[in-house]
Amino acid sequence: MFVDLWSLYTLMLRSRLLEEGIAKLWHEGFISGEMHLGTGEEAVIAGIVAHLRDGDAMALDHRGTAALLMRGVDPVAILRELLGHPDGLCGGMGGHMHLYSKDILAASSGIVGSSGPCAAGFALAAQCLNPGSIVVAFFGEGAMNQGMLMESLNLASSWSLPVVFVCKDDGWAITTQFQKSTGGDLQERARGLGVPAVAVDGLDVVEVAEAARPAIQRARSGEGPTFLQAGCVHFEGHFLGYPLLRMVREPMKEMPGVGAAITQSLLRPGGSTLRERAAGIKDIAGAVLSTLRDPRRDAANDPLTRARRALLSDALRLQELEAEAEREINQALASVSAELPS
Amino acid sequence: MKKMFFTQAVDNALAAAMARDPRIIVYGEDVPLLRRNLLVRFGPKRVRGTPISESAFLGAGVAAAMAGLRPVVEMYMVDFLGVCMDALLNHASKLETFSGGGWSAPLVVRAPCGGGYGDGGQHEQSLWGWLAHIPGLTVLVPSTPADAGGLMTAALQADGPVIFLEHKLLSETWIEFLGSGGRRTVHYDVPPEGARGPVPGKWEPLPIGEAAVRREGEDLTIVSLGVGVHRALEAARILETEGISAAVLDLRTAAPLDTSAVCKAVSRTGRLLVVDEDYQSFGLSGELSALVLEAGLTFKYARVCTRTTIPYARHLEDQTLPNTERVCAAARRLMR
Repeated sequence: MFVDLWSLYTLMLRSRLLEEGIAKLWHEGFISGEMHLGTGEEAVIAGIVAHLRDGDAMALDHRGTAALLMRGVDPVAILRELLGHPDGLCGGMGGHMHLYSKDILAASSGIVGSSGPCAAGFALAAQCLNPGSIVVAFFGEGAMNQGMLMESLNLASSWSLPVVFVCKDDGWAITTQFQKSTGGDLQERARGLGVPAVAVDGLDVVEVAEAARPAIQRARSGEGPTFLQAGCVHFEGHFLGYPLLRMVREPMKEMPGVGAAITQSLLRPGGSTLRERAAGIKDIAGAVLSTLRDPRRDAANDPLTRARRALLSDALRLQELEAEAEREINQALASVSAELPS
Repeated sequence: MKKMFFTQAVDNALAAAMARDPRIIVYGEDVPLLRRNLLVRFGPKRVRGTPISESAFLGAGVAAAMAGLRPVVEMYMVDFLGVCMDALLNHASKLETFSGGGWSAPLVVRAPCGGGYGDGGQHEQSLWGWLAHIPGLTVLVPSTPADAGGLMTAALQADGPVIFLEHKLLSETWIEFLGSGGRRTVHYDVPPEGARGPVPGKWEPLPIGEAAVRREGEDLTIVSLGVGVHRALEAARILETEGISAAVLDLRTAAPLDTSAVCKAVSRTGRLLVVDEDYQSFGLSGELSALVLEAGLTFKYARVCTRTTIPYARHLEDQTLPNTERVCAAARRLMR
């Protein structure tokens, strides 16, 4: 595939606009439970999904909206699902962590790591029924510690299954930093299971798309799986309302309650030595400080900004493209908003 | 009397036990953030975060318990036990029998459970019946802060594996973490007496396997646990205005079941209504009917349970989980 930045940027922009609309619906209380957005990882998704064709499949995690939209699912069907409508993508029964589309062979799950076995199974079916078709598995780096994903890498390797394993690495497993919970190097891990591994800057959509091409070609030609590790950021943390981000965004609101309880507990007689208690404080302060310094807080790390910069040379075309994406997504949002209780 | 929120009571009882017993350690995903108040008092050796590796850390908890620790292993949600069930199904629960009674694994698995906040069918299950099905596991489902602290205290003194389920609607921290996320624009049907209530000045272990009569009644006995107890109590108040006197029995423990308390209550009213947020088929509701039948009692029976996968759409979810209306309707049918 020829890498066309214009179409990649369009994919990313539509997704960003849709997810910003979803965030608004969540904040307004129209979506009740958890909401994991893909804002910040659009380049990883677009750079991969742009290569897919009819018959290819996707195994998604709990953050599947972007991939489905980019694969051509109607944004209105997605929105209606998230709002629990009977005519949503899954009849309002699945919700945002459990989105499915049989038409495009896409399944998601809120169970961390489960996109591994799902991809292996889709790929087994492709190998038997539809050779030349491939499967993409999306998951975070936290999932790399989940046994079923490791087993899936091995299964795909030993059966030469046509899978591209895409690790969206933002360095955080919910509120736990990568280095606190993960031993060794993830690419080495994949290679140890016989899966070729490639690192890519997941904020650069062209780099992702170019790295994906040989991986997808390898899968299509029956040579087996590849592991792509794509560094990215999540602007909203693990999910909307992410407590560590709330603490640094609104310290005056969030910290007094947190601080008072911690202080009370710290000073309670009975328990560990002062040194151990201090180590506990250091752990918590470390997580908050890391959040403060987190690259997701830096606008320079927005994959859309980066892609857009390269398109500024044709400002008129860019303006038209952006206006069209905005018009389409706003229309989708307006059509569902019109039905909401005021 | 001092009042506490539900999870505050659990953590408070846990802290008191940890101060007494250095063998107790706590770990699980995001535990340093979720249990930060324990972390700063007991330090990172005893309060640990884990990788997202449930099979490893739950399985390790079983063996650590066998070797002298008293681990409290936290699961993010009871649903995620699906990832690592082997540790409970084939190891923790079997050890005492396999070792000829000489060895047991005193671990506590602490997991949020239950629905009512719109997280969908993979994140809102109850599953206590599934767990209680396995011989060798103790399964606790408290419905008030006092019971939660007392049962956690008991769990930390028990000999074998204990599953401690914390309903997310009752837990001020889980409903905030997974539900509202700091929003004021969402509302959940949280039973106030379950979410916050009086607690003893000093935690004493509550007897495991002992039900509590929450309300006396003459016409029928509603048996439930967790949030269902509060739905049953609300229903009983409504039924009273219609001239129906309903007793409410809170099991508090799914395994072992307090059979004698259930039989005693049913023999008085002759009618048993089970309110169970867990799945209806092959579960607690059927088990209760069998136990009362085996005891030779004659009674009328009905149940209000979750019959299907829990829908995502909030209005459908509210109809699927046992609600007060369904409890009242079932009670009225029993009285006909």
